[in-house]
Amino acid sequence: MDATVSTGTEDSVWGGGNRPLGASYGKMMMWFFIMSDALTFSGFLVAYGFSRFKFIELWPIADEVFTHVPFFHGNYPMYYVAFMTFILIMSSVTMVLAVDAGHKMKQKSVILYMFLTIIGGAIFVGSQAWEWATFIKGDYGAVETNSGRILQFVNAETGERAALSDFAETLPEERIKHQANEGIWFENEGYKTSYSLNEVVEGFKATPNILIRTEQLNEEGEKTLLDRKESLAKILEANQVVEGANLVHNEYGHRLFADFFFFITGFHGFHVFSGVVINIIIFFNVILGTYQRRGHYEMVEKVGLYWHFVDLVWVFVFTFFYLV
Amino acid sequence: MAHEHKLEIFRGLLKFKSNTQKIWGVLIFLTIVTTIEVALGIVKPRFLTHGYFLGMKLLNWIFIILTLVKAYYIAWDFMHLRDEKTPLRRVIVWTPVFLICYLIFILLFEADYIYNVYTEGFITWDF
Repeated sequence: MDATVSTGTEDSVWGGGNRPLGASYGKMMMWFFIMSDALTFSGFLVAYGFSRFKFIELWPIADEVFTHVPFFHGNYPMYYVAFMTFILIMSSVTMVLAVDAGHKMKQKSVILYMFLTIIGGAIFVGSQAWEWATFIKGDYGAVETNSGRILQFVNAETGERAALSDFAETLPEERIKHQANEGIWFENEGYKTSYSLNEVVEGFKATPNILIRTEQLNEEGEKTLLDRKESLAKILEANQVVEGANLVHNEYGHRLFADFFFFITGFHGFHVFSGVVINIIIFFNVILGTYQRRGHYEMVEKVGLYWHFVDLVWVFVFTFFYLV
Repeated sequence: MAHEHKLEIFRGLLKFKSNTQKIWGVLIFLTIVTTIEVALGIVKPRFLTHGYFLGMKLLNWIFIILTLVKAYYIAWDFMHLRDEKTPLRRVIVWTPVFLICYLIFILLFEADYIYNVYTEGFITWDF
């Protein structure tokens, strides 16, 4: 066919450079990415909801898990996470201010606000690393039963949680870390607990004011506290000591709680980390004057969209992990 | 996005003089909402933890609604969806909202079913 049909629309429609819905190509693609990422995160959070509804009577109470604030001793539920949330919202604000300054072509202000955004992101990632370390290290210690349920200890006089070191005895026995080359090949201990099961059980029997708390939630929404007689019967079901949390054992309660905690906050933390890296790249471009020469700061706006999205996801993670 | 911004929030109840002012206003609002959430999470008023609506505690309803309010202001003012064209905004918001609602519905129903199998079945899971 040698005759070329001209519709007269090549330049206006198919010639490129179109801005459907008034958004540029880059911004539209950023929104595409954000939508797919939002669906990924909702998949994770709904999976968390699924497991929680499945074990609704056993699920750990977040207020009792995240009770620490750096440099302070004592029981401060939620304060530190609230601080982290505030930091992230604050860095979102400096990001919008950077975008706003970009519209006005004020290079100096964009540099300042981008810098503050990066600092905020770094504080958040650091806080999350600290939160992970505290969670992994553990608090009071607990024992796990044959069926994988967690038994925690409470001081009957004060009503406060009792740590293993408060009552466990030190027996003249040798603790050997179980290695894979001794016994069944796929079994080995990840870490050695400070007390053996025997020491905890003997110490428990010898200390009358220690009671056992099971994972079961009662009508008040609190963990069930057994009396001394029930406790003495229950301790016989214990088969190992658990300190801290990992992917297999979790002293705070159901192990899926720890798994989802690592997975969801880890995936979010990875987003924050990559957001900080992208922010740093854009920050240097701003300093070099790339966008000043280009005549617009749309790149700042696009990375800003990603940064706000990370903040948006945290708002949901905060609610479903720490509040509800 | 063009350089003009829509400067009123709360359906025109509050109108700001400049975009910068609006950003700080939204920050104050978000901080207040977060403070209310944290305070409720620590105090846990009895009538909220013992009152139920559609099988969920009133306190949890409040948390979820406040979260959606925060999400709205982050998306509308920080991600400036308020200034985008209406079709773009609808495509971005309603597609995920529809899919997520569907996902929540099926998975939570399924989980509740499994919970019932666990509790009413003749097998003990705690031994």
